[in-house]
Formats: sequence, structure tokens, C-alpha cells
Amino acid sequence: MADGTSVPIGGLASAKSAGRKTAMQKFAQRRSTTGFLLCLPLILLVACFVVYPAFYAIYLSMLNKKMTAFVGLGNFQFLLKRHTFQLVIFQSCLFAITAVVLKALLGFTLAHLMHNIPGKNQKIWRGLLLVPWVIPLALSTLTWWWMFDPSYSAFNWVLNQFGFANVPWLGVGWIARFCTIAVNVWYGTPFFMIMYLAALKSVPEQLYEASAIDGANAVQKLFFVTLPMMRNIISITVLFSLITTFADFDIVRILTAGGPQDMTHVFATYAFQVGIQSGDIPLGAADSLFMFPILAFAAFFVLRGVTKRTKEIAA
Amino acid sequence: MSASVTERRVAVAAQRKNSLHRQRMWALWGSYIALGVFVVMFLVPPFYTLMTSLKSSAEISAQVGSPWLVKHPSLENFWYLITYPNFQRYYLNSVIVTILTVAVSMVISVLAAFSLSRMGFWGSQTLSTGVFLTYLVPPSLLFIPLFQIIGQLGLINNFWCLVILYPTLAVPFCTWIMIGYFSSIPRELDEAALIDGAGYLQMLWKIFIPVAMPGIIAATIFAFTVSWGAFLYPLAYLYTSNQMVLTVGIISDLIRGDVFQWGKIMAACLLASLPPIVIYAFLMDYYVAGLTAGATKG
Amino acid sequence: MAEVSVRKVVKEYEGGVQAVKGIDLDIADHEFVVLVGPSGCGKSTTLRMIAGLEEITSGEIWIGGDVVNDVPPRDRDIAMVFQNYALYPHMSVFDNMAFGLKLRKFPKDEIKRRVDDAARILDIVPLLDRKPRALSGGQRQRVAMGRAIVRNPKVFLFDEPLSNLDAKLRVQMRTEIKKVHQTIPTTTVYVTHDQIEAMTLADRVVVMNGGVIEQVGTPQELYHNPASRFVAGFIGSPAMNFLPCRIQDGANGGLAVRVTDSIIVPIPPARVDRYGAYKGKEMVLGIRPEHLFEHRDHGKPGWTRVDLPVDVVEPMGMETMVHFFVEGTPVCARIDPATHAAPGEMLPLTADLNQMHLMLPDTGRVV
Repeated sequence: MADGTSVPIGGLASAKSAGRKTAMQKFAQRRSTTGFLLCLPLILLVACFVVYPAFYAIYLSMLNKKMTAFVGLGNFQFLLKRHTFQLVIFQSCLFAITAVVLKALLGFTLAHLMHNIPGKNQKIWRGLLLVPWVIPLALSTLTWWWMFDPSYSAFNWVLNQFGFANVPWLGVGWIARFCTIAVNVWYGTPFFMIMYLAALKSVPEQLYEASAIDGANAVQKLFFVTLPMMRNIISITVLFSLITTFADFDIVRILTAGGPQDMTHVFATYAFQVGIQSGDIPLGAADSLFMFPILAFAAFFVLRGVTKRTKEIAA
Repeated sequence: MSASVTERRVAVAAQRKNSLHRQRMWALWGSYIALGVFVVMFLVPPFYTLMTSLKSSAEISAQVGSPWLVKHPSLENFWYLITYPNFQRYYLNSVIVTILTVAVSMVISVLAAFSLSRMGFWGSQTLSTGVFLTYLVPPSLLFIPLFQIIGQLGLINNFWCLVILYPTLAVPFCTWIMIGYFSSIPRELDEAALIDGAGYLQMLWKIFIPVAMPGIIAATIFAFTVSWGAFLYPLAYLYTSNQMVLTVGIISDLIRGDVFQWGKIMAACLLASLPPIVIYAFLMDYYVAGLTAGATKG
Repeated sequence: MAEVSVRKVVKEYEGGVQAVKGIDLDIADHEFVVLVGPSGCGKSTTLRMIAGLEEITSGEIWIGGDVVNDVPPRDRDIAMVFQNYALYPHMSVFDNMAFGLKLRKFPKDEIKRRVDDAARILDIVPLLDRKPRALSGGQRQRVAMGRAIVRNPKVFLFDEPLSNLDAKLRVQMRTEIKKVHQTIPTTTVYVTHDQIEAMTLADRVVVMNGGVIEQVGTPQELYHNPASRFVAGFIGSPAMNFLPCRIQDGANGGLAVRVTDSIIVPIPPARVDRYGAYKGKEMVLGIRPEHLFEHRDHGKPGWTRVDLPVDVVEPMGMETMVHFFVEGTPVCARIDPATHAAPGEMLPLTADLNQMHLMLPDTGRVV
């Protein structure tokens, strides 16, 4: 330091700095206190209506039907032995996996088609394709129910025109299962489409140009450029959708209410029937809790994907 | 791919080689045709809703010829619903619940997002992760214990319980979107505001909220969507018509035993879908941007 | 308006990294001081501590006779111009400039008067209704300055305000900033990594490196009497040449600098006393390219002829830069464009040893 203008203030400064430390800490503290207070409504909301109910659910699931005695894991054992519940597990998995795979494939196709057409037209087409996703699901499912109506089915009329016999859409187990999946695919595909479209747009054009010069054809471009670049968003979207589809209530409840012969029940509708309609709260709670492992599994991978992504962006 | 890039490409291709140009044209038209097929498939249910809603009960029960077309269109179903006190009640309840839910959710999530993106405090990182995890909790996981809790609060069959519960579905994602938007605001802007003499709340109100308006709009639409379309909670917790909201009201009121008034049900669906459709028609871009940003930014 | 004092200020980040290692600096009222140094030297941190945007680990900062360590930025009565302008994107230019005054509850007509005055000084009156995104980089920079001026603060702080502008505009805005300071002589602390900006703007330049102040002085002092090898190399463009050398006895009882066996140059008699103590020691010779020019027949005292083999020739128009290698060390000379120089040939040069600097090889201190 060649600067000769400074004034020596040694002792004074050190004496003051001791007193100042606390003032500075107070300042930092005030900031984090404000930060905490701003988060308090969120914390209270989540604590009271998400975290507490989750633990309460575990407690409830271990009571008997009248909620007077503790039965341990009795409700879970009872459910697993029950044929209806075995059907519920099967249908939930079938429903979620089939629907998500179909949505992912269709959404990917649609996103590619959209990506092919000029940008200024995309907005209109996107608007039209998003309609299924915009209408509240409970309401659009009513329309599907009406279209599957046993005596007035509009689909059957079309089949009749081509000389086919009536199909008992919601009356036969496997067909009803197909119908619930179809409605879910119809509702959920647009979401996949917009997610994939955003991902496609984020792939730099130069990569395609570079791969074209390297001699890649359309299929190779898809597998070596597009898919690797979209891997993150594909996995996150699929896992998100897996959670919401697995936990779906609206479609099955309105379309079939679980029938015929309980073949279309999923966890949510069965829990509703057992817990709310039949009044066996503990059994319903136990039923819902069966969803938890798969949700946690999906959530773990979503979160891992998200943090990995965030790190990649930060790097 | 922007329009100009495509045009330039097409122009260059035409100069160079005609067949390449033709190939591209085929790809373009092929895309349009395929998209057209999908659009038709996707719009079948809404179209059928509209057709049925215009039919009288007599025309529906005595179906002659194609059910896809309406022979004597009438607005009697709509008129019936508009003058039907129960339906008015459901609509009003839906509007009240939604406005309150959106307001509560936005206040909670904007405050939290501001805090989490700018004012780190002990555990704020954990809280951000927790918020995200909460978003992954579907309503059907907790509706049974919530039934008990709502009962203990004395709010069963009272639409106010929805105002308490819907924010749990909306707030996590809204907070997530807003954290993303707030984090993209350069820190110099806060510093400039600090030097200009703004306190934290003034900074939030006068700088962050206006600058992050697209995010606010996206989050608001999300909260609206959740609240307007939710089905499980109202079905489980409401049972008299003076408390019901649209989604459950339509089903429980217009379906009496096995008497289905399909014309009226479809008209009710249309009327109930109108607010989301209008909102999406005008603000779709913001919503899509917010959703995809939420997923891609992570 | 006020003086600013920085007393033994230390900034330590979490993890024990010291960005500023106890600096002392006194800035007089109305003075324009530029903090300059390479990135990571602590200059921005120092500025941000003066602004109150960073907490001070230890030491004191005084503004206008008060210790401001615990005073929040808004109460320090300062204004700051940021590198990326930090204009509020949703507000018009007028509102951007008025924001600080509005928050301080100034009356409406007073706000309007002040904004109009500042806009006139900065020549942005026609832009007042526009939004920042409709402005060019230079215009945004003016608005950012306007936002600082309207507040009429005690101190202006500039954090690399011209870095985002292209070269031509940077020169123009530099003049502009100087003009504004002449009109409104507010105490100013200005941070830049560009030594030309520092030299042209400053009343006094503060050269920082590695969290400490290397030297404080007027631009002329820094140029002619650098205190260290760092300052000598940092100030001036192209940079000073540094050659390892040894001091030995010269002719007539004088001293000489031996660079190589063939390059031994006499030290001017005026400097013999100063350098006498270093006789026989390994030193570093510093000489600026502008003090190494084509050989002229009628030399002055202290001018010495040196012949070097040309490596690269760079004609710049009004001058020509010639590069050489002296035992592996690059050397640059600035010669008259009329002089013939071709790669591979020997070029006779004059070294103006009145302008030489001698420094210790280990500490870099100039002796």
C-alpha cells in the first residue's frame, strides 16, 4: 500500500468492531426473519393440510372400522387378501402404464408434426389440440360417458353404419378398461405435446445442421440428436404424468364408478367407495396409502432428474 | 424453427434442386394432414357436447338417424339452466370458491417465492425441495384423512372447506413457477431498488411483481384451473345443493336415479367449461410458457 | 456532497476467502476516483461495500463524516450505476428516474423538475416516455446515470458502467461521464478493469490487485512513477517491457545495466545514486514501448543505441509497433512509420533511459 493518506485508527477500530458485529448479525438476522415470515403462510398451509393429514392417514389406517380399536396392519392384510383389491392393484398399474406410454408416444408424434409446420400457424393448431386439456376433466368425462351410453351410443351408431354390431362399451370389463384408458389418453396427450414441443424448440438448429453434414438421415437425427437432447424433459414429463394418472379419480368415478364387477376400480375410486360411501374410513385410508410407495418412487426420480438438470444448467 | 428460417430454407432448396423442394412440401402437407386428423379426433367430444346441448329431450330419446347432428336446434336447455336456481347457485359457488382460492394461493405463493428466491434463511433450500415434493402429492392420496380433519373443523358440506383445501393443490406449483421467474430477475435490479430506497415489500410490489407479470399470469391460470375443475374434494365433502360447486352439482342434480337429462347435462358442461376456454383462448401463451419453464428450468 | 473514507476494510466471504484484505483509502469531496485492476482484485467488492450492498467483515467506511457500516443502502444517500444498467423494465424512463424520489416522498412538481433537469443534462428529454427495452445501449446508460443524478446524492458509484457498450460508444460515453462530472461535481467512485478508462476519467486512480491497493495517484504519477511492477505493467498500452538484468560498473565511475552480453546500457548520471545500492544484483529493467524508438543521430543525454533483430512488424498508421525477442523475453518498441523495419533484419533503436524503471525481481517493488 503506497497510499500515504490513510489515518491510523487502530485501537478505536477494534473496539468498535466488537460492538458492530452484533449490529451486523442483527441486520442479517432481520433479513432472514423477514424471509421466514414471508414463507410462514406456505409452511402453515403445507404443515396443516399436507404433512399432518399424511401422518394422520397412517394413524387412521391402523384403526378398526368404528375407529375404536387399534388393529395394526390388519387393514392392509385384509385388503391384500381381498380379490377386489387385487383387481384394483392390477387395474391401477395397467391404467397408469398403458395410458402414460400412449400419451408419451402420441404427444411426441404431435409435437414433431407441430414442429414441422411454420411457427405462425402453430399457435392456432396448438390451441385446437389443447382443447381436451382445457375442459375440466370431470365435465368432459360426462360427454364420454354419454358417447358410451348403452342405448344411445354415438360410437355404436357409426359402427352400425359400417355394418358392425353394437359394442357394450362400459358393460364388459376389458372394454370398460380400454374406455377409461382412452379417455385418459385423450385428456392427457396435449400436455405431453406442449412439453415436448418446448423441448424440441430448445434443441439448437446447428446440431441438426451439423449432423446433416455428418451424414445423418432423419431417423438417425431423431435417435442421436433429438432424443438425447430431450431425455431430461421426457423423463420428467413421464414421471409427472405417471403420478397424476396413477392417482386419477375423475375418469373412473364418472365413467364406470369401478364397475363392471369392480374391474375398473383404481386406488382412488376404491378408497372413495370404501372410505366415504361405505363409511369405513380406516380401510379407505389404508387403501390410499398403497399409492404412496409408487408415488414416492416416481417423486424420487423426478426430483433427481430435476436437480441433475439444475446442476447442468448451473454448470 | 421460425417462419423466416423455413421460408429461406424453402427458397434456397428451390434454387438448388426441385426434388428437394418437393420433398419438403410433401413433409409439410403430410404434417398438416396428420395434424388435421388428430384435431378432428380430439374435438369429437366437445363437438358432440355442443350438438347434444342443442337438442330437446324429445329429440334425444326418440333418436332418428345420426346422433351427431341436431335436427331442430333449440336453446331450451341453456335457457332452463340459466333460469334454474340450483344451477345459478353452483355457478356462483364455483366463482366464489375459485376467486378466493386464486387470491389466497397467489398471496401465499408470491410471498414464499420472493423469500425463497431472494432471502435465504436457515432451511430455505429444504423448503424449496419440500414445496416441489408437495406438488407431487395428488388429491386422492389424502382425501380420507382430510375428510376427518374437515369434519373436526365443522366444515363438512360447507364450500369454505374448498377454499382451505384447494390452495394445497395450487400453491406448490405456483410457488415453483414464481421462484423460476423471480430468479431470472437480475440481482442488480434489487440492488438498484435498495439504493433507490425501497424496502423488501416495496421491492416485491413495485419491481418483482410487475417484472414477473407473465409468471404471475401463468400461476394465476394454474390456480384457477385447479380450483374450477377439481372434482374429488367437492364430491367427498359437499352433499347439499346450496353448497355444491359446478363439477359435482351438474352430476348430482341433473342425474336423478337413472334419469339422465343429457341435453341439459351437456349444456351445463358447456356453460361450465366456458370460463376456462375463454381464459385459455386469451392467455394460453403465458400459461404454456409458465408450465414449460417450470419443467425445463426445474 | 461528501468525502468518503475506507479504513482498514476487510471483506471475507464464507469459507475464509478474503476478497479485500484491509484497505485504506480517502476520497476528497468532489473528487473523481477510479478503482482499477484485473477481475477478482476486489475493486467491485470495495465499491459494493461503500454502497452497502455487501456487509463489511471488519474496518470502517465513512461517508460525509459518519460511519455507515450499519446504515442500509437507502439511507447512505448514494447513487449507483450498474454494469447492466439495472433499469426497471416495466417503467418508463421518467418513472425509472423518478422512482427513488417517489419512494422518498418528494412532491410531484419537485420530481418533475429534477427529472427534467437531469434529462436535459444527459440529452434524453425525447426518451422520457419510452420503456428501457426501446432504448439503445448508450441511451440506457444515460438513463442509468440520470437515475443517479436526480437524487443529488452525496456520492456517485459506478460499477463498470461502460463494459456492455461497443468500443466506439464506450469512448463517447466516457467523455460524456467526464462532462457530467464537470457540470455536477459530486464525489465519484468508479470501478473499471480498463486502464484507459481509469486514466482518462480519474482525478486519482487506485490500482488494486489481489485484494490490496497497489498504488494510489494521479494518472500522471502512475504512468511516470509506478510503485510496483504490477502497476507498471497494468498502466499503459502496450504494456511495459520487462527484462531481467544486472547492475554493474559503467564507464566514468557510473553504473550500467547489463541485459545480455551484447546489450549493456549506461544508467543516466541522475540515477546513479538511486541505483548504487543494487550494484551487482539481479534486477528487472522496465521500459515502455514508447521509450524505445528508432535510432536518431542527434541523441539527448540518457539516450542509448541498441540493435535488435526484428521479429514481427505491426503498422498502426500513426506509429508502427515492432516486436523483438531478447534472450526469449518479448520486447516491443514503438517506432516512426517512416522507419524501415523488416522481419529478420537488425533494427537500430534508441532507448530513453531517463524513463527506465528498475525493480526487485522477487517483490516487484520499483526502486
